[in-house]
Amino acid sequence: MGKEKELNITLKVWRQRGPQEKGAFETYQLEGISTESSFLEMLDVLNEKLVKERKEPVVFDHDCREGICGMCSLYINGHPHGKDQEVTTCQLHMRRFNDGDTITIEPWRSAAFPVIRDLMVDRSAFDKIMQAGGYTSVNTGGIPDANAIPIPKPVADEAMDAASCIGCGACVAACKNGSAMLFVSAKVSQLALLPQGKVEAAKRVKAMIAKMDELGFGNCTNTRACEAECPKAVSISNIARLNREFICAKLKD
Amino acid sequence: MATIDSKIPKGPLAQKWTNYKNHQKLVNPANKRKLDIIVVGTGLAGASAAASLGALGFNVLNFCIQDSPRRAHSIAAQGGINAAKNYQNDGDSVYRLFYDTIKGGDYRAREANVYRLAEVSNSIIDQCVAQGVPFAREYGGLLDNRSFGGAQVSRTFYAKGQTGQQLLLGAYSALSRQVNKGTVKLYTRYEMLDVVIIEGRARGIIARNLVTGKIERFFGHAVVIGTGGYGNTYFLSTNAMGSNGSAAMQIYRKGAYFANPCYAQIHPTCIPVHGDIQSKLTLMSESLRNDGRIWVPKKLEDAKAIQEGRKTANDIPDEDRDFYLERRYPAFGNLVPRDVASRAAKERCDKGFGVNNTGLAVFLDFKYAIQRLGKDVVAQKYGNLFQMYEKITDENPYEVPMKIFPAIHYTMGGIWVDYELMTSIPGLFAIGEANFSDHGANRLGASALMQGLADGYFVLPYTIQNYLADQIQVPRMSTDLPEFVEAEKGVQDKINKLMSIQGSESVDSIHKRLGHIMWEYVGMGRTKEGLETAMKKLKELKKEFWSNVYIPGEANTLNTELEKALRLSDFLEIGYLMAIDGYNRNESCGGHFREEYQTEEGEALRQDDQYSYVACWKYTGENSDPELLKEPLDYEETERKTRNYKN
Ligand SMILES: Cc1cc2nc3c(=O)[nH]c(=O)nc-3n(C[C@H](O)[C@H](O)[C@H](O)COP(=O)(O)OP(=O)(O)OC[C@H]3O[C@@H](n4cnc5c(N)ncnc54)[C@H](O)[C@@H]3O)c2cc1C
Ligand code: SF4
Ligand code: FES
Repeated sequence: MGKEKELNITLKVWRQRGPQEKGAFETYQLEGISTESSFLEMLDVLNEKLVKERKEPVVFDHDCREGICGMCSLYINGHPHGKDQEVTTCQLHMRRFNDGDTITIEPWRSAAFPVIRDLMVDRSAFDKIMQAGGYTSVNTGGIPDANAIPIPKPVADEAMDAASCIGCGACVAACKNGSAMLFVSAKVSQLALLPQGKVEAAKRVKAMIAKMDELGFGNCTNTRACEAECPKAVSISNIARLNREFICAKLKD
Repeated sequence: MATIDSKIPKGPLAQKWTNYKNHQKLVNPANKRKLDIIVVGTGLAGASAAASLGALGFNVLNFCIQDSPRRAHSIAAQGGINAAKNYQNDGDSVYRLFYDTIKGGDYRAREANVYRLAEVSNSIIDQCVAQGVPFAREYGGLLDNRSFGGAQVSRTFYAKGQTGQQLLLGAYSALSRQVNKGTVKLYTRYEMLDVVIIEGRARGIIARNLVTGKIERFFGHAVVIGTGGYGNTYFLSTNAMGSNGSAAMQIYRKGAYFANPCYAQIHPTCIPVHGDIQSKLTLMSESLRNDGRIWVPKKLEDAKAIQEGRKTANDIPDEDRDFYLERRYPAFGNLVPRDVASRAAKERCDKGFGVNNTGLAVFLDFKYAIQRLGKDVVAQKYGNLFQMYEKITDENPYEVPMKIFPAIHYTMGGIWVDYELMTSIPGLFAIGEANFSDHGANRLGASALMQGLADGYFVLPYTIQNYLADQIQVPRMSTDLPEFVEAEKGVQDKINKLMSIQGSESVDSIHKRLGHIMWEYVGMGRTKEGLETAMKKLKELKKEFWSNVYIPGEANTLNTELEKALRLSDFLEIGYLMAIDGYNRNESCGGHFREEYQTEEGEALRQDDQYSYVACWKYTGENSDPELLKEPLDYEETERKTRNYKN
């Protein structure tokens, strides 16, 4: 605060009417963008301008605008969520850009995430993987007291770190193979670490991996691009744990 | 005047819920499969309800606006969830949680509902742990707690600063399991646009597929609304961009009462507004008030110097700092309830003591906590919140105090429901923030998550059966029935009308103007004259909207401007309802502060003899004011007192 400046920028934005249609970049000029505003507020200004010109606004996903819902999903200057570490697009601020910059904005590009319109993609494949086994099989009610099973703090903390995945899909977008391993491993790890999730760990990991393969996500070749771009710093060590869980489960078959 | 029956069960307060469950009607397993339930919303309330109803064997249709149920606004809740576990052995109990909630709500909530809420709170924590929710733990492996405003015990469970996320992911996983089993069918990127009433009962909804723009009809033996609160009426709020009050308004227009619309919560610890292209406000969790101390300079000249950038917080010596909450409320200090803390900040800023360039901010300082506990402990507790703050403001809260200011955060008012969570339309239920129950005129921190999950996991799955037990003979209805056709036509007509205006104002520009009117006249301090002005201005703005809004593109495809316009058309109506309700309520209570009604010390002054009722507003038509119905609030268990957080 107090260090506010105004920027003039050029945007190259991917526009695409629908999944089957061809897309192309459009170029827009924006003037007087406050460095205090967020990246998405800058896009709001663009859209307001387009609407004033009686044109259709750029479509992009967003909701919480505070880095937690996982809805925002832009590929900015070649990086999912921009090149800053550990931020989502909605947490990116214009103070990270300079006057005169050209900013290129694209949707997630991955076979498993088809474009719906412009920068909005379909990530329902993630839900389908979760439906295959990303849960503990408990019904509502009839549950023992929450403190009945003590869980060592380091274990709970590690589970929490894995659980902080927001399901944004940046890991898939960053991966040259379009693999969803970081996302899947985060859920598998969280539940495998906790006694409540251990019960079904073997079944879960097989079901989630099978679903992932079925939905057209690529294989993991350990490029670590996912970890580098994950806005929540979900660690690649989760993938190692997933692999261990998976091998153990398969051996028991 | 119609009387309002809240269907509170007989018997002593502590036995009402047990008695109810013992005597209610249930639906047998074979019949459950034949019954369709529409649940709108996948937040904590909607997801937990859909998952639980699915697990019971009902056939559930679950809708949300976002691309995945996991992205509902509940995901953003930071601080925690209350329960009366008394794990800390600090004197907590179901009764105390009940009492704190009633008192925190400034004696404007229904005793029986609140008692039930406190009663089921403990099961929620058990349920979540079983789902694998990684709550914070102590070194001994047991669950950790923290304190929140309005309580003298530590009863808040948390998962770092991401409690809502973890609870929602728990509910989402339970929901995903039911989807896999085939009991729940998900409709993501769908928006409900009307409810369908057949022979006086809710029998379905009309929804728009947001990707294709197609309007579709859905049948349900019962309909459950879990669509969240209407805080975005103010344009700037801590709510997610898509949060809206439209479903509430749709059913209001069909006859459901809207209760206490004027009770809106202003959260004291939000990052101050930076400029006019700002799109939303960010909350800094209330948990920060456990260790942060709130202050402004004692001397006006220091405040001036800070406002003009000649001094910074660290230039002000301790003796020149006014820790005004500790000064005014010694017993609760920085942990007074939200409404009290917000008004106190406004009072200081109105007097010129604000601490940023706009004069609309106070300090929240961690210097003392860092001295007392060390930086590491502070980082462990609040690290992610500090990081979030720094990302937004570019200032490091370990070194300079945070700047905070109140912002709209939550709406206590909402769809009127009875004890069974049923609205005034049979077969239509409302849960979570969308309903009005439980929090009275002010909600305590960490109680919304509790209420949403209580409704969804432990209350609705019982009470809805009491209704559905009489519906087992009703076959699935065709969506070709005239009622469906007519409701769809109404929706289509409204969309056509909006698209045909082709005016010159964008949706957002009108929404921002609505926000200004609301914040100015229906905000933290309200007056009779101000509310009159608001009503007048809102009528004008509504007229302008309907004659001058511009929506590009077409209706029969994805159109984000049309989505926003539909929601704004309802926010304009809600704004008016809030103003008229605030105008009617000649008292101050909780989140509703009428400047005419305050004590000499500036505290809220209730008028129990006249306003101890739930104000239920009934729709009377497009161009007439709504009719006010009153549900009297009888207090059997608690003695109504002036809230006192001083000693
Ligand atoms: C920043 C922030 C922090 C908070 N922190 C806390 C906290 O620490 N503790 C606490 O107790 N409370 C907290 N709250 C309050 C709490 O998060 C909310 O009150 C609660 O999560 C609301 O849950 P809900 O299920 O009722 O609604 P929501 O989570 O808002 O969900 C609404 C759902 O309805 C859907 N929907 C809406 N309209 C339609 C429509 N027309 N058609 C189809 N679907 C629709 C949405 O897609 C969504 O799925 C916080 C709130 C905010 C803003
Ligand atoms: S692992 Fe990281 S990048 Fe992948 S979905 Fe989760 S939060 Fe996003
Ligand atoms: S909009 Fe929610 S994470 Fe970006």
